[in-house]
Amino acid sequence: MTNPHISHSAAEIVFDRATKRYPGRPQAAVSELSLTIPAGEICVLVGPSGGGKTTAMKMVNRLISISEGDITIDGTSVRSLDLTELRRGIGYVIQQVGLFPHMSVGANVATVPKLLGWKKSRIRDRVVELLELVGLTADDADRYPTQLSGGQRQRVGLARALAADPPLMLMDEPFGAIDPITRSRLQDEFLRLHREVGKTVIFVTHDIDEAIKMGSRIAILAEGGVLAQYDTPEQILAHPASDFVERFVGADRGLKRLALRRAGDVELAAVPAGSFAGPRCTTTTTLRDALSLMLTDGAREALVLDEFELPLGVLTLDCVSGLLRAEVAA
Amino acid sequence: MTIASAFLDSFPFMSQHIGLLLHQTVNHLELSGAAIGIACVIAMPLGLLLGHWHRGGFLVINLANVGRALPTLAVIALLLVVVGIGFTNIVIALVVLAIPPILTHTYVGIDRADRDAVEAARGMGMRELAILLRVELPLALPLVFAGLRTSAVFVISTAPLAALAGGEGLGVIIVNEPSYRLSGIIAATYWVAALAVLAELGAALLQRTLTPAPLRRQHTREQTRPDDASDVALAVMRGAAP
Repeated sequence: MTNPHISHSAAEIVFDRATKRYPGRPQAAVSELSLTIPAGEICVLVGPSGGGKTTAMKMVNRLISISEGDITIDGTSVRSLDLTELRRGIGYVIQQVGLFPHMSVGANVATVPKLLGWKKSRIRDRVVELLELVGLTADDADRYPTQLSGGQRQRVGLARALAADPPLMLMDEPFGAIDPITRSRLQDEFLRLHREVGKTVIFVTHDIDEAIKMGSRIAILAEGGVLAQYDTPEQILAHPASDFVERFVGADRGLKRLALRRAGDVELAAVPAGSFAGPRCTTTTTLRDALSLMLTDGAREALVLDEFELPLGVLTLDCVSGLLRAEVAA
Repeated sequence: MTIASAFLDSFPFMSQHIGLLLHQTVNHLELSGAAIGIACVIAMPLGLLLGHWHRGGFLVINLANVGRALPTLAVIALLLVVVGIGFTNIVIALVVLAIPPILTHTYVGIDRADRDAVEAARGMGMRELAILLRVELPLALPLVFAGLRTSAVFVISTAPLAALAGGEGLGVIIVNEPSYRLSGIIAATYWVAALAVLAELGAALLQRTLTPAPLRRQHTREQTRPDDASDVALAVMRGAAP
């Protein structure tokens, strides 16, 4: 990220032909995976089940040992580090959250700082700071995990993973077990949070839509942990590297690309004089939603309003379609 | 003397022989306490380690089954050859009786402690011993105590056999009909039953005190008692399957 105050807290991760083989199985779970995740980016590992995405992620904190190849964090091989030291420096979030049910929310969040031997007062301040960061309150520190909703639990899981300010976070389908509305809100909040804290994140999901939304880069893993494509969401949608990737991202990949752009990002036509009959949207409406509005109304244009609800310009169907074609041609 | 009057006479017996009963109660508890204590020292660490490694379910079940199938009286008889009669003999026999419930319950409690919490703990860089003692054990405490309670009741109610092997305790009264009459036997039997119930209540109280607050309500009533046996049986079957 660009903020100089936090740039130190993100690490560059390099997978160098990292391979995982299990004895007695002919096919590797992860095959010679090589990719570089620049510091501060969210790299989403996505693919069908059996693609080895969780295996690849767990090789980073060595919950699964590396058979061949290596993974480095800021140039240091994870194999050379002491196991507990390595793990205490990496935030870890799992789908089922895995909060300690016998400990209060505050004690859960304080786990790693305690392991690191922080002073009590420092831990207390940090817990409050983190709970507020993830949208909870200081009062929640005294509650127990069983008293929380699924969404709240995952917030606590996130706070716990962020506790010692690790430069890298591993997130294994963190929003997978949460209802769609809460999931979408947590995704948005996590993206906001990420802009604030600027960690490098490795995020595992099987959901391509989540990958496109969350990832600054996406690694698509095929059967046997073979890297099918590693690129930005825009590039993967516009230029799938293989039939496999094309099938995996879906036939609606054009629409998915539109979901990445907002009406405020494109060049709009001038607002026509007189009254406008078509649908209205705002600068933050995605092009996909704007298109949906136009199709629903049978209109070829939509009026884009700014934050003060004043007309800013007109988005046309030709403009949207032209955008898609231009990017593919590029 | 009718049976009914023997029952009624047991209460005057208690007041007349209170000194004897208290003296033998102390002996009884000493014997039982030693057996339960030794059984804990052997079975708990074993259950903790095997449960933590998720290994040895087969061993645990078979030990438990052998323990259940082996009558304490037979153990005492077998031990006569090795250690002769007396305190040592009966303590060993009671330890054999006490180990299976503690071992199986501890094993199952640790083996089945919230796997996600354990994975999160490991992923955050907790050492294995810390995972065992600070995550798995607190979560397993209700089951560990259920095993301890079962063992305590078994041991206290079986300890009267000590009298047959030259030991002390309330059994000394029970086996001595010529001296104490049927009313004495019944009085001592009531006494043993009361001790077993008190031990059960005492352990339950200890369990309540030691169980982490948020686990109390859901476990003490619903989980540790009625479902206990079936829980353990299920887990044991699963563990025993190849």
